[in-house]
Amino acid sequence: MKPGTTSAACAALLRRDLALIWRRRGDALNPLLFAVIVVALFPFALGPEAQVLERIAAGTIFVAVLLASLLSLDNLFRSDLDDGSLEQLVLSPHPLSLLLACKIAVHWLTTALPLIAIAPLLSVFLHLPDTVLPVLLGTLALATPLLSLIGAICVALTAGMRRSGMLLTLIVLPLIVPVLIFGAGACNAAQAGLPYGAPLLWLGAWLTLALVLAPLATAAALKISLT
Amino acid sequence: MNPLVLWFHKLGSPPYFYRLAGRFQPWLYALALITGAVGLYGGLFIAPADYQQGDSFRMIYVHVPCAWMSLFVYVFMAANAFVALVWRIKLSETLAMASAPIGAAFTFITLVTGSLWGKPMWGTWWTWDARLTSELVLLFLYLGVIGLYHAIEDTRQAARAAAFLALIGVVNLPIVHYSVVWWNTLHQAQTVSLMGQSKISSSMLWPLLTMAFATHVYFFASLLARSRAALLALESGKDWVREIALRESAQEARAHG
Amino acid sequence: MPAIDLVDTPPLLAAHCLAYARNEEPIFGPLDFSLAAGEVVLIEGDNGSGKTTLLKVLSGLLEPTSGEVLLNGVHLTLAKLSHQVALLGHLAGIKMELSTLQNLRFAVGLGGIRPGITPPLALASVGLAGYEDQPVRLLSAGQKKRVALARLLLVPAALWLLDEPYANLDREGIELVNRLLTTHAQRGGAALITSHGAYAYTSGTPRKIALNPGTGNRESAIGPKSTPTKDASA
Repeated sequence: MKPGTTSAACAALLRRDLALIWRRRGDALNPLLFAVIVVALFPFALGPEAQVLERIAAGTIFVAVLLASLLSLDNLFRSDLDDGSLEQLVLSPHPLSLLLACKIAVHWLTTALPLIAIAPLLSVFLHLPDTVLPVLLGTLALATPLLSLIGAICVALTAGMRRSGMLLTLIVLPLIVPVLIFGAGACNAAQAGLPYGAPLLWLGAWLTLALVLAPLATAAALKISLT
Repeated sequence: MNPLVLWFHKLGSPPYFYRLAGRFQPWLYALALITGAVGLYGGLFIAPADYQQGDSFRMIYVHVPCAWMSLFVYVFMAANAFVALVWRIKLSETLAMASAPIGAAFTFITLVTGSLWGKPMWGTWWTWDARLTSELVLLFLYLGVIGLYHAIEDTRQAARAAAFLALIGVVNLPIVHYSVVWWNTLHQAQTVSLMGQSKISSSMLWPLLTMAFATHVYFFASLLARSRAALLALESGKDWVREIALRESAQEARAHG
Repeated sequence: MPAIDLVDTPPLLAAHCLAYARNEEPIFGPLDFSLAAGEVVLIEGDNGSGKTTLLKVLSGLLEPTSGEVLLNGVHLTLAKLSHQVALLGHLAGIKMELSTLQNLRFAVGLGGIRPGITPPLALASVGLAGYEDQPVRLLSAGQKKRVALARLLLVPAALWLLDEPYANLDREGIELVNRLLTTHAQRGGAALITSHGAYAYTSGTPRKIALNPGTGNRESAIGPKSTPTKDASA
């Protein structure tokens, strides 16, 4: 009568969550469509002049990606909470923070990674210079995991509530202001021909910190919400 | 010690705090009012006008103490949040949650006075100055804490969740400030240091320090009042609250009859 | 010295002065009871008497306001406690979109597996052979409950905490639950079951713990001549 290993538990959780998302793959497309539509709205509002769009391209794409992954965050624990799976996760003999890290990883893989993949399309919409595109992709790759990690803490804090959409946004947005500033700032610096290494390094440092601390904080927050 | 005494001591701390706070509260309010009046008079009438900014610099006597308080209250709230989460002390939860709206009010006043000051100085109601932007994010953080606290039904669970958010905000705040400063320099926006580079003369300084003192005292007075009310609501089923309610209603009946 | 060993063997689960209060309002307790290996105990009480809360405290989901829980005589913190305990709550923790077998495989991955059993075998023993690839959302309420019961058979937990296991089950299902409980008890496991008395565990002599608000929640041995420990299994 020995419990399974922690790695087996994480693997089982990853497999189950990916299978669940595959079953509902239509829903998984929603954040992508959302980001595309938000970006497409800007030329309507500002006019089609290439110079104007080029100037705002990186920032707009960043905000669109940020909002899209924020909208999908609300579902991170929702279904697990509704059907009692979350209780089973908390009760399992494995560290809750590690299991939650797996869930956050699935969230990133299924929402942020596709968003990064369509970022080149979005940048074509807004006439982002080709030279800036690698910087944009790099900053998105560093910034989106940060959004998932910080967002997960906030989702865990609001997990006990029936409806948390607006409140979740209110809580998450101030926390991710620096992500937006450094991320979009690096792209803008690259576009202006300035050095952009420092903000990227900052994002990297912050991501390292969040990778270690955010799952622990999420587990602690979830325990507060469940009692 | 007698276990009954111990038990009473543990359980009796909210009523003890309630009584103690009730004794201090009027004195603190009076002190805040007097020092506030002295500080304002000193700032608005005694202190000489600034040679560059003229009379508009007098905004400093409201703006700067409130800006200091907005950070001080956040630190106070976070310290109480930490105590509440680690040792689960009910009083700390109450104090942390009672200080959030006061801190938000100070932050709001800072933003409004900063904007009013900006109009004569910068010719615009709002600039994305690094300090003002940080204050804006701070206001959002406060609002998030308050919003979370009110959205969760169970009061104590709500306090714990909001306390946790306040602590995350503490980690975040320096990063926000640093990033905003960096962002500001990147865009080469005009950065006018509100405090000025030159040394402030003592005739201008003492009203400022008096105002800073007054806002601190006001904060504690308001905090005591808010947490007393919160404790009454939290402990409404307890005997000591019933006693107070009975006493108050008896007094009211006597006053009317 | 087997006799002394027997006397010294601590009960599988023991609760001392266990109480839980939400916002200072007592939900249950203080409770004193113990559960030996091989015992099945029924927790009885009206709606709102704190049965579900008691199970959550015993499983480690909630921390007791006062008192302690001993598992095999050791005071166990939340993390250690939980892997010897399987909780079946109102919410079964089953994903509707996945098949029965996928659900059970996940449970095994998360909680480990008892030797000598596989997910298909467990499904067969709850009468769901042939439903392996069926998505759970297509099953009836009673069949969903059976999937949850199959999870209990798989995970290596000695103590089962079952919240209203008889709900949604037909006569055959009730007998299935009783059969599973008897087998579990014979293997040296133990179980705590809540019910408001409509369907009772029938085999053996079930001890009962009455939870009723106001009357001071004390363990009451309503069952015939059931001394607290050691007579049920040994």
